[in-house]
Amino acid sequence: MDNLLSITTFIPAIAAAILALFLRGDDEAAQRNAKWLAVAATVMTFIVSLFILAGFDAQDTGFQFVEDREWIMGLNYKMGVDGISILFVMLTTFLMPLVIASCWNVSTRVKEYMIAFLLLETLMLGVFMALDLVLFYLFFEAGLIPMFLIIGVWGGKNRIYASFKFFLYTFLGSVLMLVAMVAMFADAGTTDIPTLMNWTFGTETFSILGVQLIGGMQTLLWLAFFASFAVKMPMWPVHTWLPDAHVQAPTAGSVVLAAILLKMGGYGFLRFSLPMFPVGSAVMADLVLWMSAIAIVYTSLVALVQQDMKKLIAYSSVAHMGFVTMGIFTFNQQGLDGAIFQMLSHGFISGALFLCVGVIYDRMHTREIDAYGGLVNRMPAYALVFMFFTMANVGLPGTSGFVGEFLTLMAAFQVNTWVAAVATTGVIFSAAYALWLYRRVVMGDLIKESLKSITDMTPRERFIFAPLVVMTLLLGVYPSLVTDIIGPSVAALVDHVEAAQSAFAPTTPTAAASH
Amino acid sequence: MLSQDLNTILPEIILSLYAMGALLAGVYTVKDKAAPLLVWLTSGLFVVVAFWIGTTGEGATAAFSGMFNDDAYSRFAKVAILLAAAAVLIMSQEYMAKRDLLRFEYPLLITLAVVGMMVMVSAGDLMSLYMGLELQSLALYVVASLRRDSVKSTEAGLKYFVLGALSSGLLLYGASLTYGFAGTTSFAGIIEATDGGVSLGLLFGLVFLSAGFAFKVSAAPFHMWTPDVYEGSPTPVTAFFATAPKLAAMALFARVVHDAFGNSISDWQQIVAFLSVVSMFLGAIAAIGQKDIKRLMAYSSIAHMGFALMGLAAGTALGVEAMLVYMGIYVAMNIGTFAFILSMEKDGMPVTNIDALNMYSKREPVKALAMLVLLFSLAGVPPMLGFFGKFYVLQAAYDAGLAWLAVAGVVASVIGAFYYLRIVFFMYFGVEQEDARLDSGTSPILWGFLVASAAVMVLGVVNLFGIEPLAEAASIALVN
Repeated sequence: MDNLLSITTFIPAIAAAILALFLRGDDEAAQRNAKWLAVAATVMTFIVSLFILAGFDAQDTGFQFVEDREWIMGLNYKMGVDGISILFVMLTTFLMPLVIASCWNVSTRVKEYMIAFLLLETLMLGVFMALDLVLFYLFFEAGLIPMFLIIGVWGGKNRIYASFKFFLYTFLGSVLMLVAMVAMFADAGTTDIPTLMNWTFGTETFSILGVQLIGGMQTLLWLAFFASFAVKMPMWPVHTWLPDAHVQAPTAGSVVLAAILLKMGGYGFLRFSLPMFPVGSAVMADLVLWMSAIAIVYTSLVALVQQDMKKLIAYSSVAHMGFVTMGIFTFNQQGLDGAIFQMLSHGFISGALFLCVGVIYDRMHTREIDAYGGLVNRMPAYALVFMFFTMANVGLPGTSGFVGEFLTLMAAFQVNTWVAAVATTGVIFSAAYALWLYRRVVMGDLIKESLKSITDMTPRERFIFAPLVVMTLLLGVYPSLVTDIIGPSVAALVDHVEAAQSAFAPTTPTAAASH
Repeated sequence: MLSQDLNTILPEIILSLYAMGALLAGVYTVKDKAAPLLVWLTSGLFVVVAFWIGTTGEGATAAFSGMFNDDAYSRFAKVAILLAAAAVLIMSQEYMAKRDLLRFEYPLLITLAVVGMMVMVSAGDLMSLYMGLELQSLALYVVASLRRDSVKSTEAGLKYFVLGALSSGLLLYGASLTYGFAGTTSFAGIIEATDGGVSLGLLFGLVFLSAGFAFKVSAAPFHMWTPDVYEGSPTPVTAFFATAPKLAAMALFARVVHDAFGNSISDWQQIVAFLSVVSMFLGAIAAIGQKDIKRLMAYSSIAHMGFALMGLAAGTALGVEAMLVYMGIYVAMNIGTFAFILSMEKDGMPVTNIDALNMYSKREPVKALAMLVLLFSLAGVPPMLGFFGKFYVLQAAYDAGLAWLAVAGVVASVIGAFYYLRIVFFMYFGVEQEDARLDSGTSPILWGFLVASAAVMVLGVVNLFGIEPLAEAASIALVN
């Protein structure tokens, strides 16, 4: 099977096409068929992707399962996975069946809803597998369309503002990346990602509009990519689209957004910024470290005062992504391992938290924290699950949340003690807002009249949470499951970045300081 | 010699003879009753001629001592023009017939305009250039005011005529200056005369010529006529304006700056880059407040011309190739979009305000989806073809050292994305209004064009339908 990656990527798209072309009507039966077909397609994708994981050789740091075909304009249709991307692929295929299952109660325009999610899965998988710049851009950018529609059509009251903001913010970020890609194409004569990773872009300092640009071309390109990935991540201060998008998106949309779409930013840093512009990364590393530290503290504080559960979790996502960017820009093994681990773990945990909100939203149709209280009395199973993921979000040892935070903080401590110190206070704040949220929603007496008849989780809901609980625990107690796979590739990346940076180091104090 | 020359312009001769013959036949015999037949006949003829030119033409021939060129470049443009014109004619038939506008002159005027465009893209001399341009323009002035009893349509025709005459004047002035300082009107002579640099007089000529072309492609700041003419003209005519003449004028622009002024690229590069950046931003910003979809498409076309000019501004073969690909994609998108606009009706009357599309997706899911694809393609979002057009011109501009122009272009495209999204917003997120409901019946022809155009936008991602090597050959024929 030499086109296993394409098969995995396009199964959902084919299912979406079948839905669009052959499923007629909008009655109960048609809706059920659409849902079952979507579940079948996503489960099948997951099963096929298991073959990729099984055939993957972690010791080989190059790209595997590579497919390479000529495309248009001198571009190539090239796909492949390495230690860094394979787990994101697995995360996506693992979560999508759960996402589809979580929107079982949707009854408006079900067919279109399923088509949107299936297309989105194809595009997300494409992002993590693409080995051609323009192919990557194509998948990266096209993902905006289904997400725009998911927020806009099935979203909450203020969905129009949120969907436009989401689209235009991320679009603006990524078009600058497009120009940078054109520049790279012109410079290196190829859009092949593995080739570009070993290509040295110019580092001659030059001035642009009177500003001295240390690291020259590399810094400029780095900034263009940063514009895209920082928005996608999202990093403080360009994170403001995320809370809006999360609050307005339907539950399943929020889960995909938090668990997978945000990871594209971090993946982009690892795939492009670090290997292709090591000097540019070194020049800007301090900036990113401080932005991350500010993000962790600031958004944690903002999360404390939120009235809306989804908004609170959205801000907490920004904070957790801060650990990721901090880990990436330490340029050492722990940092990168931790960042990837944090992204994977956050995929499970934040996805689960949004699902937790979805469970009570489905029943009460409000996300106001004040509308709840004392749920433990009527929903013991729910209280347990919510407790578990709240603790995982806080980073309790034994859950996967702990490993990522610990590794990135350890890495940051070696590079910049102050950043690590500031970021660690964020951990305390995160415990504060998460536990306080839990106390207000679940603990106490059940006094609100409207909650008196609330029911506990249905078997379907339990079934959705079970795999997430298992994965969070498993990664928490046995992290080498992940680090064994990503380790060799990350080590190779770290070596490559260090070699490139030390070759440049003598001329810039900034680069030397970060070692 | 003469027979060879005549042989070279045989397609144009055939079309002209057909137009005149059909006109006579129409006047003396059946008049408007024959109009539907003529529409089909004309578009059939267009397709046949396009096929003929596309498959049999080869090499480069110059006829009438260089007045008229037949090369890969002109053939590419001609095939595109003929196919676009045929498509628009077929689309317009039903709309025109319903509103009693389907006069037998209509397809014949379009034929004459098409002949004019074919002469334009083949021009090898300022004289033949002007001949072609005026033949095209005069025919278009008439079709713009085809709806004689409508004030708006008459206004559109008059406005177009007055401003068009002004631009022709500018162009002629530039041509006469060029002739005066170069001593010849043939492009081959002009490029020889500019071998050692452009004299001030020639530079003036170049500037005036460019202003004339900018008017024809509706590039800002010579765009003022566009929204009014688009709005006032009957929609099928607007659809025609938005497609073939734009392509022809762009192709002519490229031919003049490369064939006649190819030695002084740096002189016109600034002009074209300026036109490009102003058009992109004006088109993007001015469209935001529009409520009428035809006006919106006018501004959208201004922005798109800005992008095509970005390719031209590169001044390289890659730039021309990018421009041709961009225009090809643009025309394909606009045919679909206008097929949709033509189908917007309420109680049999044409509707063009955007909020009539409220929750359109609920009643017409297929058409709404096709339109969604086209809108994202217009906005340049991958994986639609519109993105590849943009990528092409960005690449050409960057390679030519115009990185600032590329950055400006992408920023403008983000601003422009807003108004395309706004239409999506009405179609998908809006609130349903009973009284503003559009008619659901659609002619199968319009439906077919709309869906086919959307399918092209999606499926083109595989290989751009092989347009690339053709555009490359065309650009190499022009820039050598």
